[in-house]
Amino acid sequence: MESDGSQGTAGPGPAAGRASGGPKAKTAEATAFRAGPTEADSAKAFEAPSAPGEGLRPAPPLETEAAVPPSPPGRSSAVAPSVDDPAAPAGDRRGIRVQALFVGLGAAAVAVSLAALAWGAADLSVGRVAQILAHAAGWPGVPAPDAWEETIVVHLRLPRLILGLLVGAGLGVAGGMMQGIFRNPLADPSLIGVSSGAALGAATMIVAGNRLLPELPGVVGGLLVPAAAFTGGLLATIFVHRLAVRNRRTGITTMLLAGIAINALASAGTGLWTFVADDAELRDLTFWTLGSLAGAQWGGLAVVGGVIATAGLIGIRTAPALDAMLLGEAEAHHVGIDAEKIRRRTIACTAAMVGSAVALSGLIFFVGLVVPHIIRLAMGPGHRVLLPAAAMLGGTLLVAADVAARLVVAPAELPIGIVTALVGAPFFLALVRRGTE
Amino acid sequence: MFELREVSFRIRKAILLEQVSLRLEPGELLAVIGPNGAGKSTALRLLGGEHRPSEGVVRMDGRDLGQMPPLEQARRRAVVTQRAELNFDMPVLDVVLLGRHPFNGGQARRMDRKIAERCLDEVGLGDFRGRGYLSLSGGERQRVQIARSLAQLAGNEPSPSASDSEAPAVPGAFPRYWLLDEPTSALDLAHQHRLLGLCRRRAEDGGTAVLVVLHDLNLALRYAHRIVLMHRGRVHAEGQPEQVLTPENLAQVYGVRARLCDLEPEGTRQLVVC
Repeated sequence: MESDGSQGTAGPGPAAGRASGGPKAKTAEATAFRAGPTEADSAKAFEAPSAPGEGLRPAPPLETEAAVPPSPPGRSSAVAPSVDDPAAPAGDRRGIRVQALFVGLGAAAVAVSLAALAWGAADLSVGRVAQILAHAAGWPGVPAPDAWEETIVVHLRLPRLILGLLVGAGLGVAGGMMQGIFRNPLADPSLIGVSSGAALGAATMIVAGNRLLPELPGVVGGLLVPAAAFTGGLLATIFVHRLAVRNRRTGITTMLLAGIAINALASAGTGLWTFVADDAELRDLTFWTLGSLAGAQWGGLAVVGGVIATAGLIGIRTAPALDAMLLGEAEAHHVGIDAEKIRRRTIACTAAMVGSAVALSGLIFFVGLVVPHIIRLAMGPGHRVLLPAAAMLGGTLLVAADVAARLVVAPAELPIGIVTALVGAPFFLALVRRGTE
Repeated sequence: MFELREVSFRIRKAILLEQVSLRLEPGELLAVIGPNGAGKSTALRLLGGEHRPSEGVVRMDGRDLGQMPPLEQARRRAVVTQRAELNFDMPVLDVVLLGRHPFNGGQARRMDRKIAERCLDEVGLGDFRGRGYLSLSGGERQRVQIARSLAQLAGNEPSPSASDSEAPAVPGAFPRYWLLDEPTSALDLAHQHRLLGLCRRRAEDGGTAVLVVLHDLNLALRYAHRIVLMHRGRVHAEGQPEQVLTPENLAQVYGVRARLCDLEPEGTRQLVVC
């Protein structure tokens, strides 16, 4: 089924050239995550707003009518006033930290990608992987690898790796954007009904499609369930959004409540299909609900890649407006942002990214919730860093989870949703606990 | 000029404003006072474009506010609301930089940072740039929000090329309207007076039109050029502070017996509740 010939278009070349970045990954990432005071500061985000620091502050000058100090200090003169002034070098330090973060994330992504290509039921060396990729990319002078090795790397592991990176990136960005417009670190893409709608779509196709539609050949048949899932996710989101719009404005609280109701409805529908399903269908259903990257094919990847890349880039371009939205809708309006437009764009981008991700991989929880959280702890809530970093970390973590899912019970494999929940939930709890201390 | 003209505003059956007309002229500090629920904040939200009037029009510089895109509004008007709250720990300087958004589309340049730092100095928070917003006290947060609106009032740069020069010099590129909704609610005595002094200077020197919703009538008496007294969704009285703050008006609106008394040494007047 994988041999539909379209794989020739994908150029896996560049991955091989970056092989040396591997070992650096961990140290660079670790520094990016530890450095500086922000970590402790942002931990306070979980507490109820309190008012410490009252005593730290110099008493305000008492004159009332005095002219405001004519104070246009440049960078240099701004340093003086207090000894522990963290502000002056903060800009530069932050710039360095941002660079370190992206270098670290990039290195981690490369390392994990190589592992994903090399490790599995059949272990290959990194050099061998590089050789296979170079050969597939058509580099002259590279000796041809064994056919079975090439099949494993190019037709099985590479599409799976790319799917993992795409899905993880999409979920990470979507989670970050959702948390932004809901102004709540606990928001998750599933709030707008996209995941449960997709599940219902997939279940409908798995059970009803299996009985009503004739057996379709190869690629088309393989894309039926993803297409149904995508449609289901989109319809559910549109429905939730419609319910929340009044007077041409999206009520964010209403949307939350509508999302909960639609999630319940869609779950009931999925449950109904589960009830009537036979054993084979039940197995398909279960596996879809638990998530897996095993269904990666080049045909579906091209579509999903296009959707996630487009929606993700639009999302990242919305970052400054999302920053302003953090202050509140009215405040965003007062600095010139059309809050309604941003909200609609965020919902559309999220639905597109999560819908297409879920369509190919099944339900994968926790990535959209935890990944933006980690980045925020390290770098603060600014979306310009948060969204691209969440894309990179999301992709990396999901591929890592997939590697684990393939290795733990090799030659069988665990559904990836089990791995992300098993690792993600305790990790998340630890973050929350640390935050409340 | 910025005005509400015969504006009514209703939410379902509740009438929040009824036939309110209100004018704000450049160069003046207008205080809007009145008891809780009088419609002060509603009037400010209509001027801020957050609500659209059920009847009547809101006009800014002769144009219907409802026809102006938010960005154009933001380039002419800065607003401090009572509700700005963050659930995420943003650095203070980044919060102030949000005020530069109408002029830089969110890409902070050197000039924007300078302006933001200067505005933090103006509210006495120059040393707080790198602090997280959530670690601030209520009054400090309020001052950060005021600094954010000051950064917005600084307006556009003189020309795109001279991005490093000092304060902008083109009058047309400044926001000319500054609306503040109870900006003193969390401020200590000194900062209350500092802020209103700043408002008054902005009005008199900068030609800005400043509207402040206030509860402290003595602040209004001391700093405002003109006072609008609201009561039950209508304008009850309007005029010079001493014309509005009469014992009759105060008794009718607040149900409180109060009168203006001369303070001997300074020769200033204070409103005293009997």
